[in-house]
Amino acid sequence: MAKVTYIAFTGAETVIDVPDGVSLMEGALQNGIAGIDGDCGGNAACATCHVYVEGDWLAKTGERTEAETAMLDLADGLADNSRLACQIFAGPALDGIVLRMPESQH
Amino acid sequence: MASRHTISREEAPPQWPLPPRQRPQLADHSRETLMAYLETAPLDEVDISDPIYWENDAHWPFFRRLRDEAPVHFTALNAERHRGFWSVSRWADIMAVDTNHQVYSSDAHLGGITLFDMDADFIMPMFIAMDPPKHDVQRKAVNPIVSGMNLASFESLIRSRTEEVLDGLPRGEAFDWVDRVSIELTSRMLATLFDWPQEHRRKLTYWSDVSTSDPEIPGNPQKEERQGILLGMLQEFTQLWNAKVNAEPGNDLISMLAHNPATRNMPPMEFLGNLVLLIVGGNDTTRNSISGGVYFLNKNPGEFAKLRADHGLVESMVSETIRYQTPLAHMRRTALEDTILGGQRIRKGDKVVMWYHSGNRDERAIENPDAYVIDRPRARQHMAFGFGIHRCVGNRLAELQLKILWEEILKRFDNIELLEEPERVPSAFVKGYKKMMVRIPA
Repeated sequence: MAKVTYIAFTGAETVIDVPDGVSLMEGALQNGIAGIDGDCGGNAACATCHVYVEGDWLAKTGERTEAETAMLDLADGLADNSRLACQIFAGPALDGIVLRMPESQH
Repeated sequence: MASRHTISREEAPPQWPLPPRQRPQLADHSRETLMAYLETAPLDEVDISDPIYWENDAHWPFFRRLRDEAPVHFTALNAERHRGFWSVSRWADIMAVDTNHQVYSSDAHLGGITLFDMDADFIMPMFIAMDPPKHDVQRKAVNPIVSGMNLASFESLIRSRTEEVLDGLPRGEAFDWVDRVSIELTSRMLATLFDWPQEHRRKLTYWSDVSTSDPEIPGNPQKEERQGILLGMLQEFTQLWNAKVNAEPGNDLISMLAHNPATRNMPPMEFLGNLVLLIVGGNDTTRNSISGGVYFLNKNPGEFAKLRADHGLVESMVSETIRYQTPLAHMRRTALEDTILGGQRIRKGDKVVMWYHSGNRDERAIENPDAYVIDRPRARQHMAFGFGIHRCVGNRLAELQLKILWEEILKRFDNIELLEEPERVPSAFVKGYKKMMVRIPA
């Protein structure tokens, strides 16, 4: 399980526990976090779960997949710490992770 | 048996007029007759690209049977007209094609992104009909028009226009919702996006309709005439381009294209292609989802009652309406190599058609998909915008326009009565309405 902090573009902060193996997109959807839409259901095919991973947490989320890179490249507000939350899966290593959302997702 | 692969363009050079279409011998072409036929006809004997099935909203049984019996299915009937094509009808298979642009190409020079090839003597490259890397840089040139910041700045303009259009509607008398609301709102928005004169906004609608029109349908412009109209559009937009390219970069589509290194030196046909893409993309789709909402709420009075009772449902109602309408029925790809899809052997050069409206009715992915449910859980998970790198660039703007429209409708009107069945567009691509007579009670 990982405690995940989601910070919306508006600044609203929500902390939830995401079970191991569940994507951080899915965790957000199950808890009604505004700003994470997950339109494609977790296929890295819509970029509606674009997040900025805070600080040192980025390295712990692993590498972007090829499909994810292609989608993020076309997304509004791409940054070095951009990831798709559907490609990050909860586990003990990510306990405490902080994600921020871009302006386009609010 | 006929080959189960697309005939190459070398073997089937473009011809005009097209050879006559084979059609089933039926007593009439009513919706009931066509649907009954599609319930039992051998799948190989149906050419679902025939506009009669779309004009009469009769295609549904065919796609249900494809999903159940032949999820990746080849149509050879009338191949002398369309060269033959694969139909992909299930959600998961469509997702697999849409996210694999390495194998499934959108290239205009291979025919492009619709079931019927782009005219080989009138190829209009546009970024939706390109593969990476050129697609990516051109799409990024116009991306800022729908950035989060830009959308926020559009909101009050969209609302005030919507108020104006709705307040101008007659009460207690019949009128055409498509003309008075759907076209009116989308053409005003489009004119804003292009910084095009508002008084000439209906030209944009006209060009959009001509771009997607089937030259074979009586009353539609024939092939040469259609090309002439589009070249006229190019001429008018070139004047706008010239004004923009010599001015400071502005916040409109033409300025963005004229000032971006990836697009500022486009050849004329590529400029025309991207214009067609942006006009059709911003016009037909939203227009038909606006009309579709009125139609579906009339057919589902319980859902209309739910919406009246809780205006907070507008957002999910908008997503559900877009799913249920799926204003573009398909996108097409061309296989760049031999591959396997849904157990079928796809050969290099084959046309592969992703039927989004069928994927949106696939019970393997969506619960109770044939029902219109405005508070459906996860209503956003539909494929009407496509998936992967070609996913609709304007989806958030479309959602915003629809959301504001329904919020303002609910503030004003208790009901919008559908007076008769709408007239539909005879097209396997644009799934929409030409005319929908309604009345708002006095």
